[in-house]
Amino acid sequence: MHELSIALEIIDIAEEHAHKAHALSVTEIELEIGELSGVEMEALDFALEVAVKDTMLSGAKRTVDKVPGQARCNDCMHEFPVDDLFTPCPVCHGFNTSIIRGQELRIKSLFVNEI
Amino acid sequence: MCDTCGCGQPENKVTITVPGSEPVDPREHTHTHGGITYTHTHDHEAGHTHDHGDDHDHLQSKEIIVGQDILTRNNLLAERNRGFFEACNILVLNLVSSPGSGKTVFLERTLRDMTGIPYTIIEGDQQTMNDAMRIKETGAPVVQINTGTGCHLDAEMIHKALKVLKPADDSVLFIENVGNLVCPALFDLGENYRVVIMSVTEGEDKPLKYPTMFRSSHLCVINKMDLLPYVDFDLDKARSYAAQVNPHLKFFEVSAKTGQGMNLWYDWLKNTRTLMASTG
Repeated sequence: MHELSIALEIIDIAEEHAHKAHALSVTEIELEIGELSGVEMEALDFALEVAVKDTMLSGAKRTVDKVPGQARCNDCMHEFPVDDLFTPCPVCHGFNTSIIRGQELRIKSLFVNEI
Repeated sequence: MCDTCGCGQPENKVTITVPGSEPVDPREHTHTHGGITYTHTHDHEAGHTHDHGDDHDHLQSKEIIVGQDILTRNNLLAERNRGFFEACNILVLNLVSSPGSGKTVFLERTLRDMTGIPYTIIEGDQQTMNDAMRIKETGAPVVQINTGTGCHLDAEMIHKALKVLKPADDSVLFIENVGNLVCPALFDLGENYRVVIMSVTEGEDKPLKYPTMFRSSHLCVINKMDLLPYVDFDLDKARSYAAQVNPHLKFFEVSAKTGQGMNLWYDWLKNTRTLMASTG
């Protein structure tokens, strides 16, 4: 359940930014979570729901931009979509690939209320 | 609320303990970041309440572009650990596996067989000093991190443990992570090498089931090889699955119990230290 650690980091970072902006509360948080990031979306959502209680993010709307996986073959440089970490290159069939998208774990933006 | 499981039980906090001593409180702010209760006292001076209703027409909504990696704090601390290790020429190996794959036996055997190297050990478990006590028997300095209900070690715990452990220059630090093939995968500790251990009593498809861990590892130890004749484990398939997930993995097939195959691992350890000394 590392999703709760992730959720608490999200809240920490969001509150830090909200405080800096002298905001009263966070009304919306937009996340970017790669489908190959190793984070279960449902578990993260559950963890966030529990963890935002009594924080500036309490009641904030959560928007998640799911980033699909994209790999590059290190042998033939072909780029192709992947939904796991062990799909071979469709051109040269090699497994020597790099994941170039889909491992994101980012906070994109916040909407905050201020006076 | 506990920052690792949300259980609300303060006794589940992280502790770092040298066998035979009282635990030191490694990070008293563990329970502050998630559990902060913002009472909005700074706003009450304005004399309004916090029902957040639509009648708050004096509130303005504003977008803040954050664009920050969620694991930034861990990654920065891991890099700080890595800088310390590099400066002191310390070889650091992060051992990860499912519970029961034989990490501790593998470590014990290594420490007993490969003498003449200054070792330090960080043991990670949710509860008990058992592993630290076993390692202490080998004579190597060890600290036990108990994560409470936490499922992984993070860079901050290692940072705090290092202050207690004080590893010497040119030493080898083994970090035995919490037995778990999922959560520790995302948390860089600053190690040089991540060593994933699986055993022949597990399914050979572990690499496909837990690809994030196998993808992020450098070495793959297949342990309990002495039991291979008695189980249905398909060694070729296991290696093939692991190589699909990570073609750069280096394999060691060993029995930490009988010592079978351990020599190749010891050779790797020796050669890696020699390489570090010459390039350090």
